[in-house]
Amino acid sequence: MNRRQLIASVAAMTTISLAVPAWAQDEPLKVGFIYVGPVGDGGWTYQHDQGRLAVEAEFGDRVETTFIESVPEGADAERAITQLVLAGNKLIFTTSFGFMDPTINVAAKFPDVKFEHATGYKRADNVATYDARFYEGRAVIGTIAGRMTKSNKIGYIGSFPIPEVIQGINSSFIHARKVNPDVEMKVVWAYSWFDPAKEADAAAALLAEGVDVILQHTDSTAPLAKAQEAGAIGFGQASDMAAFAPTPRVSSIIDNWAPYYIKRVGQVLDGTWTSEATWAGIGDGEVVIGEITEAVPAEVKAEALALRDKIAAGEYHPFTGPLNKADGSAWLAEGQTATDEELSGMNFFVEGITAEIPQ
Amino acid sequence: MIDPIALFLLLLSASTPILFAALGELVVERAGVLNLGVEGMMIMGALSGFATAHYSGNAFLGFAAAALAGALVALPFAILTQFLMSNQVASGLALTLFGLGLAALFGKPVEGVKAPTMAAGPLGLNWIVWLGLAMVPAIWWFLNRSRAGLILRGVGENHDAAHALGYDVRQVRLAAIAFGGAMAGVGGAFISIATVLQWTEGMTAGAGWIALAIVVFSNWTAPGVLAGAWLFGGVTVLQLRLQAAGVRVPVQLLSMAPYLATIIVLVAISARQKFSRRAGGAAPGSLGQDFHALR
Repeated sequence: MNRRQLIASVAAMTTISLAVPAWAQDEPLKVGFIYVGPVGDGGWTYQHDQGRLAVEAEFGDRVETTFIESVPEGADAERAITQLVLAGNKLIFTTSFGFMDPTINVAAKFPDVKFEHATGYKRADNVATYDARFYEGRAVIGTIAGRMTKSNKIGYIGSFPIPEVIQGINSSFIHARKVNPDVEMKVVWAYSWFDPAKEADAAAALLAEGVDVILQHTDSTAPLAKAQEAGAIGFGQASDMAAFAPTPRVSSIIDNWAPYYIKRVGQVLDGTWTSEATWAGIGDGEVVIGEITEAVPAEVKAEALALRDKIAAGEYHPFTGPLNKADGSAWLAEGQTATDEELSGMNFFVEGITAEIPQ
Repeated sequence: MIDPIALFLLLLSASTPILFAALGELVVERAGVLNLGVEGMMIMGALSGFATAHYSGNAFLGFAAAALAGALVALPFAILTQFLMSNQVASGLALTLFGLGLAALFGKPVEGVKAPTMAAGPLGLNWIVWLGLAMVPAIWWFLNRSRAGLILRGVGENHDAAHALGYDVRQVRLAAIAFGGAMAGVGGAFISIATVLQWTEGMTAGAGWIALAIVVFSNWTAPGVLAGAWLFGGVTVLQLRLQAAGVRVPVQLLSMAPYLATIIVLVAISARQKFSRRAGGAAPGSLGQDFHALR
């Protein structure tokens, strides 16, 4: 190396080292996402990824997003979350209930990184939680189900017996029975969020019981395919599942995370982010009722939409008394509504559901 | 009340994917090769079959394509293990991961579209269900009564002896692996074309691993594979059916029943071997071992 080159390289290095701080200020905010399933699941994870893309579209160069998909719920999640932290992400969304403890553990080690955990209840100074009031949407499709059933038997494919799923079963049953007092609800637990073959078998088992409307809280389209074979109807879950419209998919509950993700990323960018628990529903646009198809009579559609609008406006709460628990004991008095605490710990069926919750 | 005939028909459909995959793996293992890539071949079959069925509008063409895709994706495994002497366990696991990833990548364009509907066969069951049932006696006959099947078993029991007799060990194994891939592919396609009617990533959800367990459970016989597939499929269907009927049974107990049965069967088999004079057991003698012809 001759002297001229040496001087040049020293000069270049000085320029770089001087330039770095200035460049660092313009560095985009890195936002990480942990998904429980593949982006292409067409349901739960797909909708979270749509939210991520909305963040990118909203903030452009100011953010940089990454995601890790198909992360199993359990110990390995901690490694995946830590990996995102070490890659420089300053805001991390963990998008499944089972990531709750791993998120809290990692958050304790990295206090300057902000975490957002979906559907959980444990928070810390740098861990916020967010959830959607899916039961509001269930009230609307429960109404359609109650009106549409001819056998008066509605089937429900549950994933796991956790409060979020139980809320949905109760809410859809209450509203189905409101419009059709003869309605019965059959519940089958698949013990999986996503297992197409098992979901198909569960749907077949329900259909063999004489069910002609299937509601599902699992993420694949297998129950819709089975419903179609048997001439029954169903609803899209998590995403629209429009490929099965106009029938068997007569409507759907869509998770719309985009508004929340945009809001929270924006708060981190302008420094106003705080740890809080958000539980938004139809009124905030987080739960969307997919198009109700022509397979549903116009008056039923109008009734369902009216219920949706009343819930959105806050005029009606899907859990309004008088309501009793399945064991016959009183729960809500006339006009009383359930509190969020009661709902987030819900572990009982309402009166009229004969199935039992596995313990 | 649960109608036992209706339940049995549900069972036949539910056990079809694992029946195909396990019958294929049975032939592969009888040839002395342990292919842990069943899940990867199934998912490739599920995707190729679905895509073909969707674009051609013919579901049967889809199953043919799935068989071809399953055999093709098994080929690298065959080359690695039979010609390049790679470890079979590691290569098989690699095939599973490779298949899952490749299918996810190529599957993007067919996400959200639907498979064509298929005309049902006798008793309202899919024709592929009947094909699966027909494969059981066919494979039994092949393994026990045909010359080719006896050669295949010879290769699996003792590849050095088979080689000394002048049989081409690698060629036999190559054919067996391709057949196993084709069967796994059809099994996977049954899930995407006949059960779910859509393509989603990871849709086989571990069926390939159950198929591997069934082969062990079957004691490496075709009727045993059928029994195993019905047991695994049947318990799933039964517990869901009991739930739907509102019968109070601990579902956790029923869910673990097939695995419990596998362990019991394994214990029974080894106990029988202990007291009989036949040494070595039911597993093919050369299972999982590399074959390298020295002469």
